[in-house]
Amino acid sequence: MGRLKPMLVKEFLQMLRDPRMRLVVFGMPVMQMLVMAFALTTDVTRIRTALYDRDRSVASRALVDAFGAGGYFRMVAAPETEAEARRLLDAGQVQAMLAIASGFGEDLSAGRPAAVQVVCDGTDSNTTAIVLGYAEAIVAGFSARQGACGGPVTVAVRAWYNPNQESPLYYVPALIAVMLLVFSIMLTSIGIVREKEIGTIEQVMVTPIANFEFILGKTIPYMITGYLTMTAMLAAAVGIFGVRIHGSLVLLYLLTGIYLAGNLGLALWVSAGARTQQQALLTAFLIIMPCVMLSGFMFPIHNMPLPVQAATWLNPMRWYLTILRGVVTKGVGLATLWPAAAAQGALAVGFIFLASRRFRKTLR
Amino acid sequence: MADAAAFRSLRRAAAVARKEAIHLRRDWRSLLLALAIPVLLILLFGYALTLDLKNVPTVVWDQSRTPQSRNFVSLVEGSAYFELQAMRQSERQLRADLDAGRAMVALVIPADFAERVAAGRPVTVEAMVDGSDANTSRLAARYARSLGLIFNRRLTVDTKPAGVTLVSRAWYNPALRSPNALLPGIVAIVMMVIAAMLTSVTVAREWETGTMEQLIGTPIRAGELICGKVAPYFVVGMADVAIAVGLSRWLFHVPLRGHPGLLFATAAVFLTGALFFGLTLSIRFKTQVLANQVALAAGFLPTLILSGFVFAIENMPAALQYLTYIVPARYLIAIMRGIFMKGIGLQILWLDALLLFVYALAMIALARGGLKLRLE
Repeated sequence: MGRLKPMLVKEFLQMLRDPRMRLVVFGMPVMQMLVMAFALTTDVTRIRTALYDRDRSVASRALVDAFGAGGYFRMVAAPETEAEARRLLDAGQVQAMLAIASGFGEDLSAGRPAAVQVVCDGTDSNTTAIVLGYAEAIVAGFSARQGACGGPVTVAVRAWYNPNQESPLYYVPALIAVMLLVFSIMLTSIGIVREKEIGTIEQVMVTPIANFEFILGKTIPYMITGYLTMTAMLAAAVGIFGVRIHGSLVLLYLLTGIYLAGNLGLALWVSAGARTQQQALLTAFLIIMPCVMLSGFMFPIHNMPLPVQAATWLNPMRWYLTILRGVVTKGVGLATLWPAAAAQGALAVGFIFLASRRFRKTLR
Repeated sequence: MADAAAFRSLRRAAAVARKEAIHLRRDWRSLLLALAIPVLLILLFGYALTLDLKNVPTVVWDQSRTPQSRNFVSLVEGSAYFELQAMRQSERQLRADLDAGRAMVALVIPADFAERVAAGRPVTVEAMVDGSDANTSRLAARYARSLGLIFNRRLTVDTKPAGVTLVSRAWYNPALRSPNALLPGIVAIVMMVIAAMLTSVTVAREWETGTMEQLIGTPIRAGELICGKVAPYFVVGMADVAIAVGLSRWLFHVPLRGHPGLLFATAAVFLTGALFFGLTLSIRFKTQVLANQVALAAGFLPTLILSGFVFAIENMPAALQYLTYIVPARYLIAIMRGIFMKGIGLQILWLDALLLFVYALAMIALARGGLKLRLE
């Protein structure tokens, strides 16, 4: 313990003596949170729409009004020909086109089936799917008001945990998981590999410090920094975004410790195999990127092919995300979250075991 | 005379480029990783990642237990959007499923469902969605509502006229394939990775290991040094572009309707900008970890998040939309999607291309102006 302390002091000094680095470690996560919380939304409104109405009847105007009413579609252009509409879509000036053929009003009043067409710019498949969903609902509603196709069954939707289905409430806690993963793996592995690259690791080797003391000295500062980062982000989530923490903070901090320990294990594993900081960075990136992408953070896991879904079991961020969402948004406890906590604990033990085996070799 | 000076200058730049290439070749692990990352990204985005909604885990509590209600349940089972996990008998069970994340949608069919449907009286099926995943739940809520519409249409299809039907078409991507939308943009992501991971550390490493002082002692000039430093990474970057385009085209069958030459030319302009961006940070910050972290935060993340790559710019709040104008990847992704899927050329995309050009020039100027070959 007596030898560990100077090592810890050195590491903290080295990491945080540069004011720019302090900004990177503490300021950046909160800044990222501010931007990402608003950017990550698939909520589609005010779709720029071209109206190609060849009917110009009372009925067609009523349909156009129905399209404009919910705030989803916004008519911004009225092309005269289909070619003109095509140009608007090509140039991206509109995202969708509503085309009503002549005879629409007549068909409708005569009780014949009438058709309208919605054309979307499919280059963004996700937005398009949503836009077409809106269009279907609007046309069905319009149709029902015209006395056709109405029916007894409606589905009333209630969103639990997040009644207004606001994206920030979902993404803000999740961003903590991303930032902790990025920072703990990257900064730690670079911290160790830099000693190798500059050659100071040999100076450390000739000191009486033991291997485990060296490893603890390298990881404990990042563990503490991780906790500080998480606290800053939680404070921002509560103070700026009005996120309410429904569950137990103690539980959250405990399970965060397991997550951080596992990440530091990964970082050690990375740094054991790398000779230069660049190699460490690239390897860390190669681990972090799939972990973030396959965690359910941006892309739902149940959409993935089954083998990939199985692979997400080995992803620490997947489990931590379940825990974060569970504690912060749902307010559930260990009774519900134990599988995620157990999986995360197993992964952490595994990572640390692998790292210590690989690391012992490099230190010799 | 001027020719001879220019020739010598070129030779000095080439010498730096050779030195950097040797570094890169000697460090074959980094080179391998630099080529593996794009492949991994493309496989991820082409194969595993999609925002489309399907197979949402669903549980149902059927209080009615009648042929009509089973009919409704079969709608859920038959839908590609929902995957029926289990039938439940109480609200408590539904709640436990949502709590544990075993289900994202829970449907409750009321006990008087069949009588009311038979009598044509209104009846409400309750759908509870897991709002903690706001995006999925919003989509799931919409599809859940449409279950009611579809069920009604089945009931009334024989007795009433069809009313208004919607014919919807998606141009450029009729099947709404997710890879078609995502993979053209991957080029921008891949190049930012190269910039953030490779060039951002290259000058900083010279400062950190002390070899910069040796370089200062040689007759090399700043302009020659930065060009020489970037050249090998440009080759790696363009190889990555070729890999990305090739895999998108032949493995994931993304249509390439426009001109491939224009595609590679604009990618080269963006790559130049991105590489010099990384170099600028490397010159400015002088330590590898700091330059790299800033490159990730200021280069890679905006490219991933604020470029319209996954999350449409139109859907962001207005203030953030203005911010996206300074994210160069925004223009590259517009160009890539235009070339790949719309098959359009410079007559429509000229402004985006011009802005990329300005970006590249600005980054070269910044790198050139930032590098002082003097001892401190």
